Amino acid sequence: MSKTHVSTTINGDPVEFLADPGMTLLDALRDELELTGSKEGCGSGDCGACSVILDGRLVCSCLVLAPEAEGRRVETIEGLANGSRLHPLQQKFLEHAALQCGFCTPGLLMASKALLDANPDPTETEVRYWLAGNLCRCTGYDKIIRAVMDAAAELRQERV
Amino acid sequence: MSDVLDRPDIGHNADDHLKVVGTRPIRPDGADKVTGRAAYGADFNMPGQLVGKVLRSPHAHARIVSIDAKKARALPGVKAVITGADFPNLADEFHEGGEAASNLRDMAMNVIARDKALYHGHAVAAVAAISSAIADEALALINVTYEVLPHVVEVEDAMAEGAPLLHPRMFTEGLEAKPDKPSNVAKRNRIARGDLDAGFAAADVIVEGRYTTKATHQGYIEPHATVASWAADGQCNVWSSSQGQFMVRTYCAKVLGKEISDIRVTPAEIGGGFGGKTVIYLEPLALALSRESGHPVKMIMSREEVFRATGPTSGAVMHVRLGAKKDGTLTAADVELKYQAGAFPGSPVGAGSMTALACYDIPAFRITGYDVVTNTPKVAAYRAPGAPISAFAVESAMDDLALKLGIDPIALREKNAVHNGTKAAYGPTFQNIGYVETLQAIRDTEHYRTPLGPNQGRGMAVGFWFNVGGESTAAVNINEDGTAVVVTGNPDIGGSRASMAMMAAETLGIAVDKVRPMVADTASIGFSMLTGGSRTTFATGMAVVQSAEKVIAELKRRAALIWDVNVDHVMWKDGSAWCLDPAKADEKPLSLEAIAGQSARTGGPITGQTSLNAQGAGPGFAVHLCDVEIDPETGHVTVLRYSAAQDVGKAIHPAYVEGQIQGGVAQGVGWALNEEYIFDRDGHMENAGFLDYRVPVASDLPMIDAILVEVANPRHPFGAKGVGEAPIVPPLAAVANAVRRATGVRMADLPLSPPKIRAVLDAKGG
Repeated sequence: MSKTHVSTTINGDPVEFLADPGMTLLDALRDELELTGSKEGCGSGDCGACSVILDGRLVCSCLVLAPEAEGRRVETIEGLANGSRLHPLQQKFLEHAALQCGFCTPGLLMASKALLDANPDPTETEVRYWLAGNLCRCTGYDKIIRAVMDAAAELRQERV
Repeated sequence: MSDVLDRPDIGHNADDHLKVVGTRPIRPDGADKVTGRAAYGADFNMPGQLVGKVLRSPHAHARIVSIDAKKARALPGVKAVITGADFPNLADEFHEGGEAASNLRDMAMNVIARDKALYHGHAVAAVAAISSAIADEALALINVTYEVLPHVVEVEDAMAEGAPLLHPRMFTEGLEAKPDKPSNVAKRNRIARGDLDAGFAAADVIVEGRYTTKATHQGYIEPHATVASWAADGQCNVWSSSQGQFMVRTYCAKVLGKEISDIRVTPAEIGGGFGGKTVIYLEPLALALSRESGHPVKMIMSREEVFRATGPTSGAVMHVRLGAKKDGTLTAADVELKYQAGAFPGSPVGAGSMTALACYDIPAFRITGYDVVTNTPKVAAYRAPGAPISAFAVESAMDDLALKLGIDPIALREKNAVHNGTKAAYGPTFQNIGYVETLQAIRDTEHYRTPLGPNQGRGMAVGFWFNVGGESTAAVNINEDGTAVVVTGNPDIGGSRASMAMMAAETLGIAVDKVRPMVADTASIGFSMLTGGSRTTFATGMAVVQSAEKVIAELKRRAALIWDVNVDHVMWKDGSAWCLDPAKADEKPLSLEAIAGQSARTGGPITGQTSLNAQGAGPGFAVHLCDVEIDPETGHVTVLRYSAAQDVGKAIHPAYVEGQIQGGVAQGVGWALNEEYIFDRDGHMENAGFLDYRVPVASDLPMIDAILVEVANPRHPFGAKGVGEAPIVPPLAAVANAVRRATGVRMADLPLSPPKIRAVLDAKGG
């Protein structure tokens, strides 16, 4: 089984790797590129722990084949902060105690970023439905929703 | 739903003398967790590691006649194949782990089957290979000959005469007379007091019911994962995600027949556990594969394996009968609990029995529990193990009693409430409990007075959990610049690093950001029982505070040396030593930083370590209030509003205490409405994935109002009580009682899924 050469852009940087034809993007990120921030909770697209943004669209990286990343732009949790300055979503997750074990957090942050990129002023209901693909078993979502709403408000403020 | 911006002020502190405890600092492990840097079980790798995979039984119950692994071993890239024959046979030995006692022999047989596979998914063999694909291929080449046996899944079927026996030499313990026939009932326990017949005879009204719950899984998002290395000299290293690195070490040593000093376990970050990671599954397999292959071995479970082969909690069948006077005074209670244990004895029916009536002062009662083995995965602890199940039955019956008598459900609980000085149904006499205060907190909510709309109902329920203490070690090490490191042996599952740092900072009198907490491996700190039983902030926190106090004693001694005064003339206050010697009235206070900077000249490094076995954990009481709305078209239940009050003793970090309560509620709501193991005729779980085993998602829930009631536990330096488990006890009944009041029909079989609601509405002609 020969491997496929993949050239892609991850968090703004050009990246090349070799992938088995059946390799998922999640496995390529974790095993080939050592970007272990994206997590595998189910491998079937049900939990959202592997959420990344592919050409501006939120996807479960466990449901994307690695060769599909060819020529595209991938955003992962490792690229969310601006250098050592946390993204407002990351900062608000910390301030609101919106994580307990933290395993779902990278996926939830990427899903939240995709939401706020598309809708800077979501209602609570919109946040809840947008994040319905990201399971969190620790928090009951309460503080996550508050953190996302608060980050949205801060990002709107920054734009003014 | 409540307003998103109605947060309490950050930094609010009710106790004036406290500067750190009770505030809401950012957790010390937070930055790594929001940037993807935190390393969980599957994020660790070793050079030259192999991939390990498990062959699992395709049958719910089968004798393993033979295992032929010749072809698998011959496959290029396969480095080891192991079966049960590669492990020692153990005698029965019970080990107290922190949540519930485990029989090590059963645990070893659950790790890998020996002569019989006892459930679909039971490990039968394991391989290590140079790639995942080759490991999969190898599994398919292992030829296992099974003699399929009749199986049994449901608890009452397993108790019936003539049921297939899982363990032919198991005789029911706890009966008056020793039984002459083996049984799937491992144990019967009984707690009783008073004259039950007289109690029921004195009752004006009696309510009773039969209640059932299904097996549900802890549902941690991180699947089990480990990397294990067995070196040529027999020294072993294990990295794994668990609730206790010392637990992993002890159990691996027993299962493999090793000495404890040969094994070092490093805790990974843990991606949720809820009790489900208080036992081992992969670690001994990975170690044995490493021993056989000579390479480190990494193993990760799939989500399907997590569902099929790791502990859910019990499904149960329960009967409750309550007798009361017209004014609501309980006169008698008879509770019968039958809990599925899975493949080996050890359901949480004991705790379910002890907690069932713990909120009530009843003159006569009898609680009978049955621990029943079934051909399903061996149950593991799940958050307040056993208590939500029995509370569902008792609190449903209490709600029926309130309806029958026309009494407000909170008033009915208050009338029969336990108080300080009440002898609890399970034995001890309550002290420093905050139960009636917690009932009052819910009664005082605006929620309780808000009118409901059509198709809506409001339910309430109460819950109890013991909380435990136990063995812990902690060290506080002062750095030469006056900052501190706090070292413990308890994995941080929900923010405990923050509370450890806060308690140390408060005690030392320094800012919390001057204290770095860390969770050490088994070679770097003394023994600590696992993170479970809501014990860490209480027991390990106590060890942290005592270690900080030892450090303060040493700092005072050093200051006395510097000043050349008697140590009795040194006071520690606000992070500095103060000289009280009248002859040295001019001496300025010496800060921790100043003393630490001179430590080499005053006797060397300043450290404090404490190992203890903490007693006196304060029990937790939770009172929940839930509004639901039923969609008459679909039978779907929406939780509209939820308030959860709990006596937490003293909230060290209130945001993480609220988080524990909100998380427990969410799991309980899932248990009440959606979650269940569904088995087909062959005893195979049909819904072994998050698509069909549906845990609550963000759009399923409202904001959850967590109300912290603080009745201090005097046995803890800051008054803390365990908080993690009590919040999952009431929700099953709170939701069911809300549905009862919305539909007018008592539904006693969880989960209250749309088809069941539809059936009720159809029967009503709705």
